[in-house]
Amino acid sequence: MTTVAPAVPLARAARLHPGWVLAGVAAAGLAAVAGLLWGAASLPPGEVIRELVGVGSDLSDRQVAIVEQIRLPRVVLGLLVGGTLSLSGAAYQGVFRNPLADPYLLGAAAGAGLGVTLVIVNLGEGGLTPGYVPLAAFVGAVGAVALAFVLGAASGGRSSTAALILAGVAVASFLTAIQTYVQQQHQDNIRDVYVWLLGRLSTAGWHDVRLLLPYAAISAVVLLAHRRVLDVLAVGDDEAASLGINPQRSRLIIVVAATLGTAAAVSVSGLIAFVGIIVPHTVRLLAGRSHRAVLPLSMLFGGAFLCLADLLARTLAAPAEIPIGVVTAFFGAPFFVLVLRSRRMGVMS
Amino acid sequence: MITCQGVSVRLGDKLVLDDVSLTVPPGSWVAIVGPNGAGKSTLLRYLMGTVRGVGEVRLAGQLVAQLGRRQRALQLALVPQSPVVPEGITVVDYVLLGRTPHIRPLGVESAKDLAAVHDALVQLELVELADREVTTLSGGERQRVLIARALAQGAPLVLLDEPTTALDVGHQQQVLEVIDELRHDRGLTVVTTMHDLTLAGQYADRLVLLDRGRIVVEGPAAEVLTEDNLAAYYGARVRIIHDGDRPVVLPVREPRIVRDRTS
Repeated sequence: MTTVAPAVPLARAARLHPGWVLAGVAAAGLAAVAGLLWGAASLPPGEVIRELVGVGSDLSDRQVAIVEQIRLPRVVLGLLVGGTLSLSGAAYQGVFRNPLADPYLLGAAAGAGLGVTLVIVNLGEGGLTPGYVPLAAFVGAVGAVALAFVLGAASGGRSSTAALILAGVAVASFLTAIQTYVQQQHQDNIRDVYVWLLGRLSTAGWHDVRLLLPYAAISAVVLLAHRRVLDVLAVGDDEAASLGINPQRSRLIIVVAATLGTAAAVSVSGLIAFVGIIVPHTVRLLAGRSHRAVLPLSMLFGGAFLCLADLLARTLAAPAEIPIGVVTAFFGAPFFVLVLRSRRMGVMS
Repeated sequence: MITCQGVSVRLGDKLVLDDVSLTVPPGSWVAIVGPNGAGKSTLLRYLMGTVRGVGEVRLAGQLVAQLGRRQRALQLALVPQSPVVPEGITVVDYVLLGRTPHIRPLGVESAKDLAAVHDALVQLELVELADREVTTLSGGERQRVLIARALAQGAPLVLLDEPTTALDVGHQQQVLEVIDELRHDRGLTVVTTMHDLTLAGQYADRLVLLDRGRIVVEGPAAEVLTEDNLAAYYGARVRIIHDGDRPVVLPVREPRIVRDRTS
């Protein structure tokens, strides 16, 4: 029976279709270019393009600075934050086999929120110094997830993901309660806290990019390396173990990597909701459910999506900015419903 | 060949397996039978190393506890009774999961892995279905897909937990014939748990009857499947008919005494 040539379906076993990778790279590239061409300050797009490709333009020094020192770092930050949140979300959904899992599932958002609130409230104006807020958010997020992990392991044994998720819910509620209380006790700082909670891509130049890049890179490398392992974990712990995988250890590594990326993203951008759920699910509907496709494509399309959302956030009501979390939800939700309807698939169960 | 010695497993307060010792010679088929809750599935899980207890298991003389997970997966494949089938996964991708122990921990499959998958699909006549989603298949097709995954794993020993439950009688025979064919073609050693005693007697070389965690009878079908044994351990009223040297287990019903109410 070995004379039969490998049939067509086997070619599909290598599941990440090159066409989709190309589409993802193109989307991220186009979103980035759009982010450079348009913004609060209206610069002639044609001249910006001439400046970018280096053929000399009529832009003033100030206008060149807007492109290179304000728009460019912001575009890069959008790609990084969007890619990291989407990738982490896809990994969380895979590792917990739960379609509603998002990067904040184990309490990262609540921990970051509490950390930032405490810093702003206690340091007042000084709390907004670059450096303090990201640090507080990062420590809060990592601390909350660690707490959820310890509580989950203590109450549910080492194999129970349900115990871990419930512990995350408990930690998140608890920390949110403290955060809300502290916030209510300090009405004068409420605006600063609120602005941070809604999320934004800052204009702090390259500082935030440098802060985020190492964590985003480590998180992405580890998660992408585990894309096949996530497919194996999808058959449940017992079967994964019978296939030679250590489910507990793999899950721990994936959760740690996704949390590290999420915490770093949150620390520079605040709580941008929705990206970590909508992008991976859209990718699943369009390009298949294997993590070998979902992980890299979520990263590319997540970056593109957040870049475009940020473009809308800073131009729709210019010179004011709309919180980016409002834009991601306002445009993301209808888009997602459209994709769902067009695929006529009830696969979100 | 797999042997286990003095295996006891406690789940909560209940002693599910009590000092079980078993030898499965290479190339043979052993069926573990017994009433519900006797510990059949737990014994398989202990052999797989997915449940904790005392007692040693040896694979070809080597202690399983000393093997790494991948090493064990290369020796021992499992066909679970109620597998978790990921939503939307195609037959070829599902069978490819069986190659996991052959693939470097963070690597991807090689041409050799794809060839093994292809062989398994051919052998189980699944090539036509390779692109279908596993969740859309019929019970018999799905069972063949599960066996194909175990086959692609390339382990010399295959454990099957209730491989024929939920199949109609024709598909039960088909699946068991496939397993028997693989056993002879590839020299596999097979351990199954089974509910259908007649089928167990027809396909397995030896039957092991578990009751309340202990092995109570073991041997060829004719010795295990007796009216007395089935009455004692299953609480069943059966008649044993002999089809050649194979016992056929026939449940019987006593006629109910109907009182005549008119008198």
